[in-house]
Formats: sequence, C-alpha cells, structure tokens
Amino acid sequence: MNENSWMPLFILLSSLVPGLIIFTLSEKQRALRTTLNMAGATIKLLLIGVLIWGVLNGNVYETRIPLLPDMYLELHADALSVLFAGLSTVLWFLTTIYAIGYLEGSSNRSRFFGFFSLCVTATIGISMAGNMITFLMFYELLTLTTYPLVVHRGTSQALRAGNIYLAFTVSGGALLLLAVAWLRTIAGPLHFTETGLLSVYGQDYRIELITIFAMMIIGLGVKAALVPLHAWLPKAMVAPAPVSALLHAVAVVKAGAFGIVRVVYDVYGVNFALELGVLYPLALMAALTIIYGSLQALVQNDLKRLLAYSTVSQVSYIALGTAIAGPVATIGGLVHLVHQGLMKITLFFCAGNFAETLGIHKVSEMNGLGRRMPWTMAAFSLGALGMIGVPPLAGFISKWYLGSGAMVNGQLWVVVVLVLSTVLNAAYFLPVLYRAWFLPQEGPWPEEHSQLHGSRLETHWMLLIPPLVTAALTLGVGLFANSSISPLGWVRLITFREYGL
Amino acid sequence: MSLILTVPWMAWSILLPLGGAVATFLSRRYASRLTLLFGMATAVCVGALGWQLALKGPQRHHIGGWQVPVGIDLYADGLAVLMLAVTALVGLLISFYATAYFPKAGQEETGDQNVASSVYFWPLWLFLWGALNALFLSADLFNIYVTLELLGLSAVALSGLSGKAEALSAAMRYLFVSMIGSLSYLLGVALLYNMYGVLDLGLLASEVRPGPTSQAALALITVGLALKTALFPFHFWLPPAHANAPAPVSALLSALVVKASFYLLLRLWLGVFPTVINTTAVDLLGFLGALAIIWGSIQAFRQRRLKLLVAYSTVAQLGYLFLVFPLVLRGGDFTAWGGSAYLAVSHAFAKASIFLASGIIMHVAGHDRIDELAGIGQRLPVTMFALALAGVSLLGLPPSGGFIAKWMLLNAALITGQWWLVAVIILGGLLAAGYVFRMLAHSFTPATWISFEQPVARRMEWSAFALAAVAIALGLVAEPPLTLLQSSTSFAGPGLREMIP
Repeated sequence: MNENSWMPLFILLSSLVPGLIIFTLSEKQRALRTTLNMAGATIKLLLIGVLIWGVLNGNVYETRIPLLPDMYLELHADALSVLFAGLSTVLWFLTTIYAIGYLEGSSNRSRFFGFFSLCVTATIGISMAGNMITFLMFYELLTLTTYPLVVHRGTSQALRAGNIYLAFTVSGGALLLLAVAWLRTIAGPLHFTETGLLSVYGQDYRIELITIFAMMIIGLGVKAALVPLHAWLPKAMVAPAPVSALLHAVAVVKAGAFGIVRVVYDVYGVNFALELGVLYPLALMAALTIIYGSLQALVQNDLKRLLAYSTVSQVSYIALGTAIAGPVATIGGLVHLVHQGLMKITLFFCAGNFAETLGIHKVSEMNGLGRRMPWTMAAFSLGALGMIGVPPLAGFISKWYLGSGAMVNGQLWVVVVLVLSTVLNAAYFLPVLYRAWFLPQEGPWPEEHSQLHGSRLETHWMLLIPPLVTAALTLGVGLFANSSISPLGWVRLITFREYGL
Repeated sequence: MSLILTVPWMAWSILLPLGGAVATFLSRRYASRLTLLFGMATAVCVGALGWQLALKGPQRHHIGGWQVPVGIDLYADGLAVLMLAVTALVGLLISFYATAYFPKAGQEETGDQNVASSVYFWPLWLFLWGALNALFLSADLFNIYVTLELLGLSAVALSGLSGKAEALSAAMRYLFVSMIGSLSYLLGVALLYNMYGVLDLGLLASEVRPGPTSQAALALITVGLALKTALFPFHFWLPPAHANAPAPVSALLSALVVKASFYLLLRLWLGVFPTVINTTAVDLLGFLGALAIIWGSIQAFRQRRLKLLVAYSTVAQLGYLFLVFPLVLRGGDFTAWGGSAYLAVSHAFAKASIFLASGIIMHVAGHDRIDELAGIGQRLPVTMFALALAGVSLLGLPPSGGFIAKWMLLNAALITGQWWLVAVIILGGLLAAGYVFRMLAHSFTPATWISFEQPVARRMEWSAFALAAVAIALGLVAEPPLTLLQSSTSFAGPGLREMIP
C-alpha cells in the first residue's frame, strides 16, 4: 500500500470520523461541534484538491478492503468519480456553513450534524465506488443516513414524508440489490471499467442483461426521481432547508443519476447498451420526466415544492444526455451533473433564507422581495436564469451540448423536448422573478425574524455567503467553460476516456 | 505454545460455566461478580480452543481418556467454535447488562418483584451456558439429547423467572413444547441405534444408508428440533415466551437458545445424513422457512407491544436459516450454509441488542406499548441508536453482518436458479423494513408531557450498544469468521468421518 491507496479511504474518513464524534457531543458543545464540522469539510476539500491534481496527471488511487473471499470494498478515483466527489465536497463545505447558521438555536443539532456528515460520507462513497457492489453498499447507506435528516423535525407530517421516502427508496434499493446480485452471477465482480465490461456476455445472456438493465434503472430511478418513481421527492420537502439543498443538488437525486451514468458507461458500456436497445426507453423516460416535472412546477405556489418539481425535471437531463449517447450528448449530460447541482443548491439556499428571515414560503408572498433582500434575490435570479438556460450561465452550456448531441445523432425529438422544457422553465421561473423585482410589497412580511440580520446585512452572514458563492460559481462555470479546469473541460476528459477516443 | 495445544480447552469451556452455576448458587451475595469472572474464564477457554483449531485443525477429545463407544466424545470444528465464541461474547455482554438490570442481593427487602429473578438468574444462566457449550461440542446423538434436555429445562426456568401470570403460562407452554421436542428427538435416536448400533456422529455418518428407517428417524429428529427452533408452524410458543421474560432472558433465548437446535439440524442434515435427505424434504423445510419469514414479518408489523414485535421478528429471521436446506442440496455449497451460519451469528448479536434495548425502554417507560412511546428517543439516544444499528442488520442492509449473510443466501439462490427463494429473500427484506422502522418510529418524535424519568444504568445502554456495534462490524470484517468456518468445517465430506477414533 502506498499513499495513493490510502487516499480514497482518507477522503471517506474525513467526514465519517467527525460525524461519529459529533454524535457523542452534547447539545451545548457548540464550538467543538462547529470546529469538527468545518475541520472535516476543509480537510476533505484539500484532499479532493490533491486527488483532482493526481487524477489529471494519471495517478491511480485505489483502496481495496476484502469483505468476502471473492468480494471487495473497492474505492477507486477515476475522472468520473472525481467529478461527483468534487461537486459533493465543495457543496458540502458551503452547506455546512449554511446549516450551522440555519439551525442556530434549534434542538437536536448533534444528531443532525452527525447524520449530515454520514450522508456526505455515503455520497463520497458512491462517487468513488470502484465496483457495483461497493456502489450498492453506499447507495443503501445513503438511504439510511438521509432518513433521519428528512424526519429531523419529528412532526407527524415529517414522519409521514419519511415513511413515503423509505417505502420508495427501500424498494428501489431491494430491486437494485437483486439486479446486482444477479448480474454478478453472470459477469463476476463488476469492476467499473471505462467503455464497459458486459459486451462479451451479449451473445449468451441477451434477455437477462436487458432485464437486469431495466431493474437497475428502476432501482436507481427511484432516487433520481424519474417519473413515475418521483412521488417521494416533493413530500420530502418537509426537511430543513439545508437538507433539501443537499438532497436535491448533491446527495440523493444525484446519486441516482450518477448511478445511471455508471451503469450505462462503466458496466454495460455505451456502445453495448445501444446495441441492446435499452437506451431508447431510458431516453423516453427521461424526456417524459423533464416535461412532467416542468408542468407540475408550473402550478405550484409553495416555493420549495416548485423547486422540487424543477429538480425532478432538471435531473433527468443527466439521464437524457446519457441515453442519447454519442460523445457530445454525453458531455451535456455529465456536465449538467455539476451545473444542476450549483444552480439548484443556490435556489434552495435562497428559499431557505426567505423562509428563515421573513417567513416567506409561497410564491405569492414574494412581491417586492428584491428590494428587501437584494443579495439573496440576485443569487436566486442567477440560479433561475441558469435553469432556464440563459447564456452565459451554467444551464446554457448543458442544454447547448445536449441539443447539439441530439442533432449529431439525428434525434430531433430530443431538441423539441429541450425547447419545450426551456419554455416551461421560463414560464415558472420568470413570474417569480417578476414578482420579486418589479411588483411592490403587499403588506408586512409573514414572519420577520429581526435577530437574524446584523446591522447592515439582510440576513445572517452564514446564510448569505453560501448562496452568493454558488451563484458566482453558476456564472463562473458558464463564462469560463472553455478553460481546462472548468467542469466542462473535465467532462470532456471523461468523455474521451469513456468512448476510448 | 505447548500449553495451548495440549490443554483440553473443550472440556474446560463446558466445565467452567457449570462450576460457575454451582458457585453462584452457593454465594448469592457475589453472584453477579462470579458470573462475570466465570464468564470471562470461559471466553478465554473458547479463545484458546480457537487458536488450537487454527494450529491443528478440527479436534476430537475423549473425556477422561475413555474411547468411543464407552466414553464421552467432544468434537470441535470451525462451526462449533464460532458458535461457542458467539455464545461467549453475547453471553458476557448480556451478563454485564444483567448486573445492573437485576437488583443486588443486599436489596432484597425492598419487596421488588425482581427479587426471585435476581437470586435464580445467575445460576440458571450459567447452567444454560454450560449446556449450550456442551451441545455445540457433543459428538454423539445421545449426549446431544442430554444437552438438549439441560438446555430446555434451564431455558424454561429462565423464561418463567418473573413469576407473573403471563410469564408462567408462557413458560408452561414452552416446557411442553420442549419436552415433546426432546421426546421426538429421542425416538429418532432410538430408531437409529436399533438399526446401526452406533451413536457417534462420525461413525453414524459412515454407516448410515438411505431407507425408510433412516428417513423416519431423521423425520422424528427434525420435527423435535424444529419444534425447539420454532420453525413455522411450530412457532406459536415463541412470542409469548420470549416477550414475557425479563430482558436479559429474552435476549438469551432469542439470540442463543433457538440457534442451538438449528445448529444441530445443520450438522445432522448436512454432516451426517446427506445421503438420506431428498429434494422433497429439503423443499418442505425451505417452504416452511419461507412461510415463517412472511408470516413472522407480517405479525411483527401488526404488534402493538415492542417486545412482541421483536419476538415475531425472531420467528421471521429464523425462517431465513431454513432456506439453507434447499440451497445446499441444489449445489449452493458454502455460499449457502456459510451464509446461513453467518445469519445465525449476526442475528444473535442484533437480536440480543434489540431485546436489551427494549428492556431499557420498558424500564424507563414502565410499559412497551409502541404507540405511547413518543419522545423516548430524546430520553434514550444511545439505546435508540443501538436499536437502529441492530435494525440495520435485521434489514440486511449494508454495512452489517445481516447484509453479508443475506447477500450470500441471495447469491446461492441465484446460482442454483431457485427463483422462488430469491423472491422470498427480497420480499423478506422489504417486510423487515416495515417492522424495523415501526420499532424505530419514536426515535425522532419530540418529547411530550409524559416524562420518562426512571434512571437507567449507563452500562445497560452501552451493553445494548456494544452488541449492535458487533452486528455492524460483522459486515465490515466478514472474512476472518467465514474463513474459520470454511476451512475447518466439512459438511457431507470426510471431515467428521475422518475424525473417527
């Protein structure tokens, strides 16, 4: 074992260990808890930085722990895992700051931050899983560690939402478990391999492989909120804002989408999947989800629910890009993994700020908000415009590549879906922006917490900084998309490797 | 080194607990301390035996130097040592818990209902421990009968310890079942002795021939042992007996006692009678196991009392163990029986933890009606955590011993193409999610006006937690115990027969 083989394990431990220690702390040990949280987040950020540098230079990072005589817990950092791990780490860092500010003075914070860290550990584990079994283990672990966060408030509404969340994710997990176990009896240890590993079995196991693919997509689609498996997601909105932010931008939904990417590219192999004919139904399912989510978002008045349906819609861009196949569409889908994360977390941070500072939960209450909270609203606007796909923001880059990719493959219907979705995105986001910036305030704010804003700031600095940073990133990754260290540049690298170019 | 190799550790690991039983009966004042002392000494013997096994392979020991057929023979292989080790570790932690659970001998005047319990618990438990160890090590059918009787009697006495009406009637029923079971077993043994004239397992294994007498004998033995293992539909006695006993006793019964008779089934079916069994017989056992999983889980979900829920979950989990027979007969091999043995082991830890935790909840709340426990999680975070961790193992989700075990069983079912077993294993996991999360329902509810103020000894909470932690750890370090099992246990092969003196 050299230092490279310890690296993935250390990255995992940098959130696991603080999380476990935090559980043992009492509510009053606030300073220690905050220190542990921030230290873990910072160390992880540094380690990921080193990792990115190493992967760029072609180093191999791999930790293997034997579980069974023929089964390994395998952590492996390739370009794709670094993409997701990097996103998770950066956003975890910001969300931690946000959550500390958000939960100031509420109860059960040790429990909250403990599970919060475990949840990030599971996400990082998913990103660095080197084979399907390791992926599965962290995928199930994610279910277990996010449940306490969803029901954190302990109200009967939260518990009900938690039950629905469990019913969906546990069933999905069981299906995935079965699919993985079955596939393993056919193809051995299922080590993730660029360009895929199943094509040699295509002759003998065609029907089995198609069935397993369907089972895997359903199992992963639950978390990725593919219609009709999305019903848990709007309900899970009862969770505290930092949880929603993390769930939607990084952890749960992304884990599902990331899993689909892994299965298509690194297990089946994109060319083999095309040959099996399984990608077309996936593309249809994704397209349906994109349209359905947007239509639902259109009729929501509750801001968080609107964002939830928008997530349902936007995450499926990743699946869509994956399913269209062809290098250009792949770039569009993968880069959206990062772009959607940045934009959506901005929106959720902002929604949380509105709720915490002024008690605003509904779109109809947002009139004149731009004057009262200009910074937060500006960040919100950047996120929303990015979602619509206005250049030069992040969302534009994703949609551009998706559209071009579809054109290259001659799938014009995808372009129609993209245009329709853009129109719908504009239709539900622009009225919100219009209200906030151009309509005058109607009466007092629902519930103003004056202690939250300092002398000059519109809200607590810990709540304000994270959305501003992510909004700036939304702009930055779009403006500097062509540089080699942007998400786009990195995704190009991945794509070249996946297609063996 | 030579000490390790020459001392008859097998004999000591039986004699020490029995000696302890006498000592604790005579010296009530120091009973709890003596139990810990004798328990630790026993654990050391088991450890040394394990070492001996690793150095020299499976062991046979003639007590007092008398050879078969006159003397008493002990036989230790990987499976036996694993069971001894589990008994020692689980037993020690339960003992540690019990030192705080039962009032001290000096406080007898308080008129507490637990007085009789505290006096008789220690000797009975050590007696039970001795009987268990003897059962795991016995190498002939008649000695096994004797250990079964000793085990049954001490278990029945323990289950009626509280002296309450429900407990006594449950114990009475348990007594009858246990007697009938032993009788049926003895009849089977008599038939075999009549036919082959030997009782030694090794000799019998090489002599036994398929035929109606052998089949009838095996059927009688199996019915007797299935009664004692509470295989559906013989499970009726288990829930009242396990649910009404004092917490440490419930834990011992569910974790260890029911496993003992299953251990014998495994040994006899796979090690001694592999030539006698046929597909109808194994499918019947597997089918009953499947019914146990489904029926037990549904009943568990429907219970209003926590301890009854847990007891029905034992019925369901025992059902999994019986899937081993159809799996092994159709070529599942080690994946099947190793998985089954591993499930027995991880269930022992998980279930002991859950019963101990339920005992704490009952102690604090004064009852165990699930619906009236709102806020208990705030009062007993460590206990709730133990319950959750052990629950993960019951669910068979990673990382836990339960996951590894069910993964192996699932793989065996897939390899042997028995799809109905695949379905049962997956369905059982989903049903388990139903009752486990019902069990955990009040982890997150906010505290109510009912205050749970009864003080709890910390060692009780931490004993429950330690057991749950082991159940989880079994999912991370599965290789050593499985290697022990695989390398030094040989079913249907020469292992037992080669050891003929």
